[in-house]
Amino acid sequence: RGAGDGGESADELALEIKQRTVKYQRGAAGAAESKKVRSAKEKATADHARRRQAEAAEAAARSEVLLTETGGYLEAEGMERTFKFTQKQLAENVDISSASKIFDLKLGDFGPYAIDYSGDGRRLLLGGRKGHLATVDWRNAKLGCELHVRETVRDVCWLHNEMLFAVAQKKYAYIYDHTGAEVHCLRKHEEPTALGFLQHHFLLASTGMNGRVVYQDVTEGKVVGEHRSGFGPAHVLRVNPYNAVVHVGHGNGTVTLWAPQQSQPLAKLLCHKGPVQAVAVDGVHMATSGLDGQVKVWDVRALRVLHEYATARPAQSLDISQRGLLAAGCGPHVVVWKDALATCAGSPYMRRMLPATSVQSLRFAPYEDVLGYGHSGGMSSMLVPGAGEPNFDALVANPFQTAKQRQEAEVKLLLDKLPADTIQLDPTFIGRLDPRSQAEIQRERLGDERARYAENKAGGMYRDGAARNRTKGRNSTAKRYNRKRQTNVTDLKKLQELERMERDMRQAAASKPRPAHEAGALGSFYAEKARLDG
Amino acid sequence: MKVKALSRSTADYTRETKSDIQRLPRNVDPALHPLERAREYKRALNAAKLERMFAKPFLASLTGHVDGIYSMAKNPWDLDLITTGSGDGEIRMWSLSNQETLWRVPSAHRGIVKGVCNVPGGETDRFLSVGVDKMVKVWSRTESAAVAGDATPEPAATYSGKHAFSGVDHHRNRPLFATSSSLVEVWDVNRSEPVSNLTWGADTTNTVRMNQTEVNVLASCGTDRSIILYDLRTSSPLAKLIMTLSTNAIAWNPMEAFMFATASEDHNVYTFDMRRMDHAVNVLRDHVSAVMDVDYSPTGSELVSGGYDRSVRLWDIKRGHSRDIYHTKRMQRVFCVKYTLDNKYVLSGSDDSNLRLWRARASERVGAKSNRERATLEYAEKLKDRYKYLPEVRRVLRQRNVPSAVKRASSTKQDMLQSRKRKEENQRKNSKPGANPRVAERKKAVIGVTTK
Repeated sequence: RGAGDGGESADELALEIKQRTVKYQRGAAGAAESKKVRSAKEKATADHARRRQAEAAEAAARSEVLLTETGGYLEAEGMERTFKFTQKQLAENVDISSASKIFDLKLGDFGPYAIDYSGDGRRLLLGGRKGHLATVDWRNAKLGCELHVRETVRDVCWLHNEMLFAVAQKKYAYIYDHTGAEVHCLRKHEEPTALGFLQHHFLLASTGMNGRVVYQDVTEGKVVGEHRSGFGPAHVLRVNPYNAVVHVGHGNGTVTLWAPQQSQPLAKLLCHKGPVQAVAVDGVHMATSGLDGQVKVWDVRALRVLHEYATARPAQSLDISQRGLLAAGCGPHVVVWKDALATCAGSPYMRRMLPATSVQSLRFAPYEDVLGYGHSGGMSSMLVPGAGEPNFDALVANPFQTAKQRQEAEVKLLLDKLPADTIQLDPTFIGRLDPRSQAEIQRERLGDERARYAENKAGGMYRDGAARNRTKGRNSTAKRYNRKRQTNVTDLKKLQELERMERDMRQAAASKPRPAHEAGALGSFYAEKARLDG
Repeated sequence: MKVKALSRSTADYTRETKSDIQRLPRNVDPALHPLERAREYKRALNAAKLERMFAKPFLASLTGHVDGIYSMAKNPWDLDLITTGSGDGEIRMWSLSNQETLWRVPSAHRGIVKGVCNVPGGETDRFLSVGVDKMVKVWSRTESAAVAGDATPEPAATYSGKHAFSGVDHHRNRPLFATSSSLVEVWDVNRSEPVSNLTWGADTTNTVRMNQTEVNVLASCGTDRSIILYDLRTSSPLAKLIMTLSTNAIAWNPMEAFMFATASEDHNVYTFDMRRMDHAVNVLRDHVSAVMDVDYSPTGSELVSGGYDRSVRLWDIKRGHSRDIYHTKRMQRVFCVKYTLDNKYVLSGSDDSNLRLWRARASERVGAKSNRERATLEYAEKLKDRYKYLPEVRRVLRQRNVPSAVKRASSTKQDMLQSRKRKEENQRKNSKPGANPRVAERKKAVIGVTTK
């Protein structure tokens, strides 16, 4: 909740601020101290930095009093249970604008609908299996654009703002404008089945019937990664917002984690006994569901299972809201659990059933207490109190942004576009100290150089003492220059390191225990004998 | 049931009238800001690149002198005025804001004007000049004829000395000034003979500088590689410091009264603490030829130096290498540099008879900034400071266009120093442990200190 009540005492307030400060510390307080003895100046700098970080964390915790909104909630009284409440009952008890967020769009003609909400929760993108595409400002019921592409549409995805969206169609992926005009046909995405957009890197990731994971930079159009998973067609792809790693679910029950410039997956998890039906990730937890009827909750940083739930039917789609609610779509039912991620939830939080439909894709609307789901009869939206983050940060996503703000935000996002090779499982690796000592790093580098030298020598490069003057072939000048640099590079550090390595090797050789018969007074004769024997 | 659903009213999040600013609610929860480090790093890289893009330090070249500029004086009471003396004896007083000469004397001296300095007191336009013609002349701009007039301005007073002068400096508040020739002499402005002379040794002195904070102390450097400190109260020398090579210029730190910087012939700038002169406090290395002049910034934490290698370098006194280098094809050997008293500009007077005005911080722009602009600039500075050790950012921040002569000379110098160091290490390795003790770099340049 937001600010504390006025009735709290100073002690309680201080305790609350201390608890809130933990969230803002970012591991600084618990950072392991370097064991090396530091000079007084270094110690003073480190202490000063640590003090400033602690002050910043406390200031951030105190600034929470400025947050204006408090989250939604639904509580049952007496014998009632929250999952028994219907949307109609909720509509009678909430304000008009919230009640208007419950609606059904009957679009039965064009197949089950895949949906996506834009980052600020304002616009909704619908894609019917038979080719119907539409964008809607769902709170005002204002249609953005509507078109029919006359071929299979398997998935839809907004790009960085509501001006562009991507559609996974039968043969290729396409990008459309907010007016519905086709802007690009992305031929490298062959038979795509699922799309995902990495916002900060401007990368469109897709997986398809050929089992490949393709990353394309939508600002330049360059394909930055195309990897073969080796697991056959994949139908499930989700982006982890915490570290921009892409989770792909395969038909053999594995979920693989990908980075754009690694040809092998970062991790492979065997999740289910049957094909993976759906994956949902927030920074800390991952929920997966398989055709075996299980929904498993994983700790995505430690890559291990936390809880397992069983659903009556296999969940076709999953989503995790901003405040940690887990929603699953199983056939005609939509089930929402509260506190199912960190702890094991006994019973659901809310349920809804739409007869004679089957849920295709579920999405929570960001910053709203709304769960939208596309199904075979169209699209429905239900109210789930407590799902959305009440206080948005306007510099991240602003549901009330003007056109000018949208344009400026786009420019800022492009300036801050992250390079694709910074994607790792642990996003905090940038700026971290290398724990190896300087000597170790030098040694490793030196080892590489020595290995390269040995290789070149074996390849006959240093014959006759002088670098051969090759005039034929590509880049002969550059190659000759590089060869010269390798032979002529010496510097003090390198020599010292070579010295130290030789000394270490000598010591290691000396400290090796000699066999008993070689030691002692007669040792030299045995050594001579060994030499004569060859 | 108790239920509440999130519902925001548009009125709370949009502005009321067009004259208001837009509302931007913030939430600093880290969960809403993923990939913080990567984004900060990208912004730091952008900030470094923008800094290099905006690094245009050269402002103006003030032409007028016919021969090289060999002496310069800044006016502590008027930021706009600079007085320069050139090799043909001409003295000009410039207005920096209009970039033009306010007043000039075509032949103030017969020969090089070796030193100019300002006289404190009621009139802000009185200054002194000394030359190789053994004359000390006191000038006053308002009392003499203006530039436009035919008549050449006449000095307010002329004193003659026994030998050619090499430098002059004025006391902070008393009507005393000191000149350097074959000996250091202390004069009264109103008297034609020196009041006292200070000698220690028989060699010529190159410069003399009076400490403007600890006002009774002055320093001179001689051709016998010595730096001598004098005390006015006792009219006698305090201490003598012998270095390996001679010093061309001295500057006293305006904020730390006991610290002074020396511009040495061995391409380095040394900072000393006058209380412990057996070792330098810091050695600033980057010039590839003799350093001709050095000056402190009014904050006392930065230095500017001009070298015989045609470059002007800016330094942070705590670090060992320059933070910036200024050069132009047209600027020849730099003989004098000054840091202006608003801490914003640097002046260089060189052999090619031009006085050049540069920015002290190449990417900074003058003018009042809005709060948002200032906040953005501070954020950029902090980002660069935090990520300056990462390779990409470091490479961009360090990038400078260095004249090819300086680059070549610097790589040759590096090779020479490395080979000497290697030889020393080999000698140390092959001799008895303890036979070749290591000597700190800060001690190497100092041969000895004697106190009187």
